[in-house]
Amino acid sequence: MSSTLVNPPTPMPQESGFSPRQLDQISFQVVMQLIAWLGLLLLIAPSMIILITSFSASPTLQFPPPGFSLQWYTSLFSFPELRAAALNSFQVALITTLVCVVLGVSACLAMINSKGRWVIAVDALVMSPLALPGVALGLGMMTFFAMMGVQLSLFTLIVSHIVICTPYVVRNVLASLSQLGSSLQEASTALGASPVYTFFKVTLPLIRPGVLIGAFMAFLTSFDNVAVTLFLSDARTDMLPIRMWSMIQNDLDVRAAAISGVLIFLTALLMILMERFSSLSKALIGN
Amino acid sequence: MRISQLLQPKSGQLALPLAIFLQLFYVVPLLLLIANSFQGDDGTGISLKNYTDFFNNPVNVKVLIDTFVMGIQVTVASLIIGYPVAYLYINAPSFWKGILTFLIMLPLLTSAVVRTFGWVVILGRQGLINTALLQLGIIEEPIRLLFTHNGVLIALTQVWMPMMVLPIVASLSQIDSRLAAASRSLGGGAWRTFWKITFPLTLPGMISGSLLVFALTVSSFVTPSIIGGGQLIYLPTLIYQQGIILLNQPFAAAVSTLLLIMVVVMVMILTALGRRSRRYIH
Repeated sequence: MSSTLVNPPTPMPQESGFSPRQLDQISFQVVMQLIAWLGLLLLIAPSMIILITSFSASPTLQFPPPGFSLQWYTSLFSFPELRAAALNSFQVALITTLVCVVLGVSACLAMINSKGRWVIAVDALVMSPLALPGVALGLGMMTFFAMMGVQLSLFTLIVSHIVICTPYVVRNVLASLSQLGSSLQEASTALGASPVYTFFKVTLPLIRPGVLIGAFMAFLTSFDNVAVTLFLSDARTDMLPIRMWSMIQNDLDVRAAAISGVLIFLTALLMILMERFSSLSKALIGN
Repeated sequence: MRISQLLQPKSGQLALPLAIFLQLFYVVPLLLLIANSFQGDDGTGISLKNYTDFFNNPVNVKVLIDTFVMGIQVTVASLIIGYPVAYLYINAPSFWKGILTFLIMLPLLTSAVVRTFGWVVILGRQGLINTALLQLGIIEEPIRLLFTHNGVLIALTQVWMPMMVLPIVASLSQIDSRLAAASRSLGGGAWRTFWKITFPLTLPGMISGSLLVFALTVSSFVTPSIIGGGQLIYLPTLIYQQGIILLNQPFAAAVSTLLLIMVVVMVMILTALGRRSRRYIH
């Protein structure tokens, strides 16, 4: 037995405090946790502050509010322009989302089953609007429609929104399709089902979570967009984010806090629904 | 039979509608924008006038530099703050993971106008920070946070940080946990294990996060226009002013082209770095 070569497992007696090893471990944990909690506080602070301010009894945006009331929410009921703007934004976001889903899902079906080089090119083309500045895209599309002699309208607005929202649908649907593999579709085809039947009865139900999340993100992106919308909506059509943007920029209207409160509630509600039906977090965080 | 042929997934034709749509309403307008930027005063011929006008005015050059600096600062800030957030998320028990997911995702999905409005209330004269500092007696007069470069920096870091956290979380989740365990059993401390094992292995996530955050920051319009007010101008605000308010579209097109070049060059550099960092891992 070579027991002399192995140190006996007697612990070193601790005089006081921590060993360097423990100190190393503790300092690492403290630094990481401290920055992480600071980061989380930073992330949620604006939404929380706006929620609190929206219940303010004061006519100014002072924080903390001197008292609480529902006056800013009730004032929204006597603000018909706002309802019209919200309705316009909702309409544009809904049509945009539907077109994005149809164009996006069909493109994904072609991309996933092909090994051609064109797939890389199409993928880069579809994804690139995500990283390019909205104001530049908006200006380019405005110039294009002016040259074509097309008047700015809800049509031009929806066209521009489709360009910036499709990436969300394509990204999520491609991820769903690549997890699915092709064996089920092949089995369905081998058993004599037509491609159309296979798509609606086999593929679509299986990729539905990805389609839903893509549609959800496309809808929110369209509904919130300011940069592209500024260039492509006509002067008569009032859009909600533009209206809020000018309300905040010009006179810091407290009513904007109440609209923000409504939007935060709706977003949170939609998130919870999405999590229930298609596990949003898995799609976005990926584990 | 013809419809079913069209839906034949192997044909590739199903991608055609989207490809044609994007060529027409995305690629052509972008090319037109770039072509428009070379237009001279008389509307004919090719000239560099818009670009020489841009660079001859020191105010415009300052806007260009400010925008680039803002992009770098926001990227670095969200990396430093976002990395520990991702680390906390990965090591959290599953109950906490659900709550953390909600905390990280809600700001990302809430409207940018709403989030920026929150910062107006926090940074304003009667806002949270000024009230707190006055009450604590640290300052006597409200300090100016709105309409400053640092105000825009704080707000943009919050707005785009989730785009840094998500790719780092994806990178962290791919690390084999036995590596850190091996490092520790061989005597590596927590800091050493982090810097030598975890950090290098998450470089691809950090690089794709940085790429997104930089591109989104220099392209941001809503947050700088509200927090920066009328005096602090960044490239997107300049494009809006020149293109819509002053109707000087060829000049706005030149500014847009410069912004596009800034984004594309940065994306190319970071993509090349990303490829190298992946080679290091495998």
